Amino acid sequence: MIPGKFDYVRPDTVDDAVRALADAGDEAKIIAGGQSLLPLLRLRLAYPEVLVDVGAIDELRGVWDSGDALVIGARTTHYQLVHDPLIAEHAGLLAQATSTVADPAVRHRGTLGGALAHADPAGDLPAVILALDGTLIARGPGGEREIAASDFFVDYLTSSLEPDEILTAIRIPKLGAGWGYRYEKFHRTAQSWATVAVAALVRRDNGSVAEARIGLTNMGTVPVRATAAEQAVRGVAASRAALNEAAAQADEGTQPPGDLHGAPDYRRHLARVLTGRALAAAAGV
Amino acid sequence: VTATEEAPVAELGRARLRKEDERLITGQTNWTDNIRLPGMLHVAFLRSPFAHARIRSVDVSAARNEPGVIAAYAGADFADEQGSLPCAWPVTPDIIIPDHPPMATEEVRYVGEAVACVVARDRYAAADALNAIEIDYDPLPPVLDIREAIKDGSPKVHEAGNQSFDFLFQQGDLDSAFTDAPVIMERTYRQQRLIPAAMEPRAVVASDVGGEFTLWSATQIPHVLRVMLALVTGIGEQNLRVIAPDVGGGFGSKLQVTAEEVLALLITRKLGRPVKWTESRSEGNMTVHHGRDQWQYIKVAADNDGRIRGLDVDLLADMGAYLMLVTPGVPLLGAFMFPGIYKMDGYSFRCRGVFTTKMPTDAYRGAGRPEATFAIERIMDELADQLGLDPFEVRERNWIKHEEFPFTTIAGLTYDSGNYEAATAKAKELFGYDELRAEQERRRASGDPVQLGIGVSTFTEMCGLAPSRVLGSLAYGAGGWEHASIRMLPTGKVEVVTGASAHGQGHETAWSQIVADRLGVPFEDIRVLHGDTQVSPKGMDTYGSRSLAVGGMALVSACGKVIDKAKPIAAGMLEVSADDLEWTPGRFTVKGDPDKGVSIAEIALATFAAHALPDGVEPNIDADATYDPENFSFPHGTHLCATEIDTETGFVKIRSYVAVDDVGKVVNPLIVEGQVHGGLAQGIAQALYEEAVYDDDGNLVTTTLADYLVPAASDLPSYVTGRTESPADTALGAKGVGEAGTIASTPAVVNSIVDALRPFGIHDITMPCTPERVWRAIQDARGGEQASAAEQHEARQSDQTQGNSPAGIGDIDQSGSAS
Repeated sequence: MIPGKFDYVRPDTVDDAVRALADAGDEAKIIAGGQSLLPLLRLRLAYPEVLVDVGAIDELRGVWDSGDALVIGARTTHYQLVHDPLIAEHAGLLAQATSTVADPAVRHRGTLGGALAHADPAGDLPAVILALDGTLIARGPGGEREIAASDFFVDYLTSSLEPDEILTAIRIPKLGAGWGYRYEKFHRTAQSWATVAVAALVRRDNGSVAEARIGLTNMGTVPVRATAAEQAVRGVAASRAALNEAAAQADEGTQPPGDLHGAPDYRRHLARVLTGRALAAAAGV
Repeated sequence: VTATEEAPVAELGRARLRKEDERLITGQTNWTDNIRLPGMLHVAFLRSPFAHARIRSVDVSAARNEPGVIAAYAGADFADEQGSLPCAWPVTPDIIIPDHPPMATEEVRYVGEAVACVVARDRYAAADALNAIEIDYDPLPPVLDIREAIKDGSPKVHEAGNQSFDFLFQQGDLDSAFTDAPVIMERTYRQQRLIPAAMEPRAVVASDVGGEFTLWSATQIPHVLRVMLALVTGIGEQNLRVIAPDVGGGFGSKLQVTAEEVLALLITRKLGRPVKWTESRSEGNMTVHHGRDQWQYIKVAADNDGRIRGLDVDLLADMGAYLMLVTPGVPLLGAFMFPGIYKMDGYSFRCRGVFTTKMPTDAYRGAGRPEATFAIERIMDELADQLGLDPFEVRERNWIKHEEFPFTTIAGLTYDSGNYEAATAKAKELFGYDELRAEQERRRASGDPVQLGIGVSTFTEMCGLAPSRVLGSLAYGAGGWEHASIRMLPTGKVEVVTGASAHGQGHETAWSQIVADRLGVPFEDIRVLHGDTQVSPKGMDTYGSRSLAVGGMALVSACGKVIDKAKPIAAGMLEVSADDLEWTPGRFTVKGDPDKGVSIAEIALATFAAHALPDGVEPNIDADATYDPENFSFPHGTHLCATEIDTETGFVKIRSYVAVDDVGKVVNPLIVEGQVHGGLAQGIAQALYEEAVYDDDGNLVTTTLADYLVPAASDLPSYVTGRTESPADTALGAKGVGEAGTIASTPAVVNSIVDALRPFGIHDITMPCTPERVWRAIQDARGGEQASAAEQHEARQSDQTQGNSPAGIGDIDQSGSAS
């Protein structure tokens, strides 16, 4: 890798990291696992003057039970998430989706916070956090603030983090009884990005769907919720036919990209088919 | 001297682990990029952002002032010495071979063509300083589609015209075939452009010590490269040493004389300091020669029973912007291979090579043969469909029967051996052909959203390139022989020198096995040396599945010479007449007195001391041999692929894959197995995943491995492999295996996909058969009207997708490695 020239700092605390960011003005980038940033540096698409490596800040790493919610340190790796018992019990969707990210080497280095802050709509985890109604916790010179996942993703590769803020943790409400989930990912090879993916959560009440939350990967410049399908599926019978009918609205309001792996109309079609499959799996039918 | 094992296992056919792997897979070896010389500088190239433009000016002066920069050059700085990159295969007398300066001086003709360079103390400084170079271009129209490029009025790539050559080969009675035959089929197939994507990027190190030059390069062809670089640069061949250290894959992409190799030599000559260049992956995707890229217009005439009367092939082959080392010869290898394993009355092959403003094409695993095999195997399936025959039926009615070998084909090749019936019978059995056809019927009947397809490929290839006389008749610029030397060391150990330059194939292991077999010395006592023109002065290098079939035969010949030279010395040592000796591997013994004998190691030691050799005998039992094959070799096989097509998304999953290959006699079945697996992956990749895509301006879109999808193990099935054995007509009997999997698998996969989709009225999917293309084909076939069978079926909740994947255990019963 032959990136452009940059300075490198490796602070021990979040406060020191925030100071390093503030000192650099707009010209710093945080590096955690590096699995999104390094390719940009390699291709010289990113030219930061300073890299602030948060790899030594241990307080950013771990999964904690905070009662109604789980709190996940931003530097927690994909591998840790996939194998964490609290995640498995209370946020299984996140573990399932994370296990599909890239390959084992990437999952050992890459972090949840990094994947979210990178704000790539083709990344698997933004749509999942959106579907899980997660809250992102950031710290800057003025202290800590909380950002709802729905407010976090602003544009392609752009989050609402300020240049001097660090994403420190992600809070996810625990899924109670009755919830099922499914991350349905469509990609051409195991290691390639999702052409489209659907993160579905379904709460069943007897034979019908009480509630559903659907996040879409790579269906716009930001991860989006399939709100029309979410509304349509509420209260319907938990049957394949009814779920597919609701899923037919999954692409409403989306603006999917077109590239080598799929034109926008193909992605819309995939979103509908995959949403039907994800809802069915989440509903256990 | 190592003791002989008590119950020696035959070396030939033994599944030995590869002796080179320890250093290769533990990172202990030196790849070219690991080489560091004192005072070494680093080169970075500035490359054209235009597919086609006139260069008005290049100003590198500012770059020279950047930190760490030692020099910066434009094409003009090399104009007097850089010559033209060679094309060694002028396929027709009137072929247009344009001047190809290693660094562009007046015009650029593809995105990525080198236009300037910086030489700096480290790679970072060199890359940073490229920004300071100023170039003024006058853009010219790009020429991207060969079908348009051959038309009058197309913008020109070169002043002399866009058509490089027009080659025609005709044999037999084609006219009556196409006049009388009741069935005429016409198909157009597209061979997409591919990027070889070897794991090790290209890298070059060059040094000039007092006019003695050394070039290290990640190349397949150190010997050919040395000759060509000497001719291009004017450096005396005796003063140029080329070293290919361990090389991490090539697939033909390192069978080349590259601009960077020439320029590295010229830069080191200018500066008197060693220089290194290593490409990045993106740079490599743009500027390593590409493969394939043809439009194939195929016509077949047949009788109603499926018997082929005639085959008419008209190819347009994309040369890219220039002709590189064997660019024009690659599609022409197809001339021999389009008829495949089939008999016919008439055959016509026409190929036009056409220039475009894209990266030049050249040899890529299979080189001309995969393209031909794809077309003939695809159209055989179409013929079967048209006539309502099973794909095997139509093939069987046309293929050469095993009792007909040796057989001279309509293309003029003499196939020495083969048994298509045996390979096919074995493949069908391993595949469970009848059961899968029954399942296919069930899925069709029930309107399953997941449809099953079965694809066949009964292929052959021409390997063991090549008889020098034949190459001469094809206007190729070199011979096809190979060289081997055996050095018997005083301690009884053996050094083997081969001109076949391995880049991952396992030569060191296979060559050791051959020598152990022939000379009776322990496998462990043999060291194989290659890839350095100072160590291995003669060679034709590795490509075209030739190393074992040709280089292995040179080695067999050299072993024979060692034994011949040792015999009079043994006679002297044993004080008997040479006529009274008999050779069993490892030892001469006196006839009738097997206890009285002398080992080859003892003879080697005797020549070292040379105290008591017979009169007139030189103290040396080393031997050299150069082998020129009399014929190509013709591996063949039957491959079967089952795919599951998700008709709702277009996703294609390979459910099972059976490869039965006949590669003649096998030296090491483990290496053969590895070659088959890797070859299959590459052929499947063409069918499903890979395509070099240029946009309308001629920019390569697939510059990274995120866009150019090279499949990994996780995307591929567990292969079921088997073998049949029809030995080649040589002392070794080996036919070559490097390209078989790649050649056979692409049509097997596409035939399978098309087979699944025939009920929709679909007869072809353009490669790569991406999910989107498959889905669109189904949509188009349905005319976008009614809900699909799949959609209707959905509520019925089928579970066939979870299917019964067969355990992919390789059937290697003949290999001795099964237990």
